[in-house]
Amino acid sequence: MAGKTLFDKIFDAHIVREQADGTVLLYIDRHLVHEVTSPQAFEGLRMANRKPWRVGAMLAVPDHNVPTTNRLRGIDDLVSREQVETLDRNCAEFGVQEFAMNDKRQGIVHVIGPEEGFTLPGTTIVCGDSHTSTHGAFGALAFGIGTSEVEHVMATQTLLQKRAKTMQVRVDGQLGVGVTAKDVVLAIIGKIGTAGGTGYAVEFAGSAIESLSVEGRMSVCNMAIEGGARAGMVAVDEKTIEYFRGRPFAPQGELFEQAAAEWRTLTSDLDAVFDKVVVLDAAEIAPQVSWGTSPEMVVPVSATVPDPANEPDAVKADGMRKALVYMGLTANTPIEQIQIDKVFIGSCTNARIEDLRAAAAVIGNGKVAANVTLAMVVPGSGLVREQAEKEGLDKIFLNAGFEWREPGCSMCLAMNADRLEPGERCASTSNRNFEGRQGQGGRTHLVSPAMAAAAAIAGHFVDVRQL
Amino acid sequence: MHAFTTHTGIVAPLDRANVDTDAIIPKQYLKSIKRSGFGPNAFDDWRYLTPGEPGMNHGQRAKNPDFVLNQSPYDQATILLARQNFGCGSSREHAVWALTDFGFRVVIAPSFADIFFNNSFKTGLLPIALPEDSVDELFREVAAHTGYQLTIDLASQKIIKPDGSAIEFSVDAFRKQCLIEGADDIDLTLKHAADITAYEAQRQQTAPWLFLDKRA
Ligand code: SF4
Repeated sequence: MAGKTLFDKIFDAHIVREQADGTVLLYIDRHLVHEVTSPQAFEGLRMANRKPWRVGAMLAVPDHNVPTTNRLRGIDDLVSREQVETLDRNCAEFGVQEFAMNDKRQGIVHVIGPEEGFTLPGTTIVCGDSHTSTHGAFGALAFGIGTSEVEHVMATQTLLQKRAKTMQVRVDGQLGVGVTAKDVVLAIIGKIGTAGGTGYAVEFAGSAIESLSVEGRMSVCNMAIEGGARAGMVAVDEKTIEYFRGRPFAPQGELFEQAAAEWRTLTSDLDAVFDKVVVLDAAEIAPQVSWGTSPEMVVPVSATVPDPANEPDAVKADGMRKALVYMGLTANTPIEQIQIDKVFIGSCTNARIEDLRAAAAVIGNGKVAANVTLAMVVPGSGLVREQAEKEGLDKIFLNAGFEWREPGCSMCLAMNADRLEPGERCASTSNRNFEGRQGQGGRTHLVSPAMAAAAAIAGHFVDVRQL
Repeated sequence: MHAFTTHTGIVAPLDRANVDTDAIIPKQYLKSIKRSGFGPNAFDDWRYLTPGEPGMNHGQRAKNPDFVLNQSPYDQATILLARQNFGCGSSREHAVWALTDFGFRVVIAPSFADIFFNNSFKTGLLPIALPEDSVDELFREVAAHTGYQLTIDLASQKIIKPDGSAIEFSVDAFRKQCLIEGADDIDLTLKHAADITAYEAQRQQTAPWLFLDKRA
């Protein structure tokens, strides 16, 4: 019999019962909650007179609607404020632990989960948010769910699931200087397409993935959903284990060692068979820039904007034409000639300490270009912000003309006051370039933190490898 | 949940691939703490000529005459015909609520994003994946006949065309049953509460570090 994949190991360890048709009742170890997708679920519990099954398996945080300036003043937008206050009330009523808006530990839900050691290897983790795939970087099975399922997990600590197919995406070899985890995942999506991972749990492997830091692996798994896969994962190694030592929610002392021994088994067996294998050569990956309105519309920074006339598939060519119109771009324009208006360094993809260090290193003593009207850094959590300030990174950003903000989702999706105006073009370290994502009519180019920083200084995209 | 047995309705063609959940319901409407009222804002950026915010009187906003759902008879459509990877992007179930609030009961496309597909069943919206060429043919037929209607029979898993011919579709047996009965998943799961408790007890033995359940 063939060995087991990492996905199968975790899935099998969480089966409560299995129906004849293969539907599994899957136990959920960790449930992260934020203000946007939970109010209707709490309301459902209340209406059915139910209690959460295991309140200690939940951790809540407001992140999407919180302001990134003047936070002590509260939230100006009344609708946003009501949603955040509703989360506060629900957590108090049901006894759910919450890092409220002004708690130092508040941050983007996918940043604080691992940071607190709430995320752990080998666990099943869900959240009413598609980027829950991020947590798979630690050898966990983590995926996003809708509000009805949020309520189901609250009430039963389980989900009804079918076993996913498995895909291995292997990136072999060594990444070039200036090429980051973000470029790797954008290149992967460019290759498999936004629906390439649909129905699969994707395990990222190969020497290039192994050589990434755990934070880099988080950026890769974060965008698994952009390739259509609900779950992205990376096998556990010593870097994973060391990451959790001393984290508040992680086991301590003897129990940690016991857990670590178990975690070391969380790799795909050598003879495991995947339903699909995709291989990329790390050496061929250049810094990436998205040009369109879907994350698969991405090219190396040295390339030009693609021409729909060269696309044989009619539906695809039509999509490209619509994207060019929306993005205000002409086919065959060199990427490096595209001027930008705003820069956003933040989001659950790229707002951890290493991301901020990488951006600051590119900035050095540089200044934000005159044509850039706003450049902002939004740390992923209060603790990331604190660490960055300890290292003096805030000074580098401020000195260059960046704004240094309070943590939250911010302009990744513009539910708070941070947004693009119609027609504005942004170099963004976030994960989605959909129409209107960063503000109605706004134009998003997805890049790594280093590339965003370089674009801020130059006023247009530049190849960080040439700096 | 809304039970689903058979349904007959007008088909609206939405001829673009990768329609994402941000397009189906833009983020500003996710600030609502309710499960209903999203219909007027389904496809908001495409449907209206002016930017929308929660609390506006959407009936008074200028509509985009070029957008298919603003055109008669598609403004009365209950079946949406779309292209591949429909519903990609975020996990927001609000996307499904917006479609059902608008009046849709069925979405037909060559493929769907996983989370959207899952969410649909929970709210009584039936997503049907058909081979690419069947979808192409439906697009052609819709274009050729004003007010083109289809009948969806979930029990027999058939889409019945105006000429009486039928296209079969597949649907997961358990999900089909839940839709037909309009069953509450949570009630069904709680029938197995003893199994969940037993699982937890066993897991607590093998992986005690997962049950620290610490409150800071
Ligand atoms: S940072 Fe962006 S992608 Fe991440 S959880 Fe927030 S809104 Fe979603």
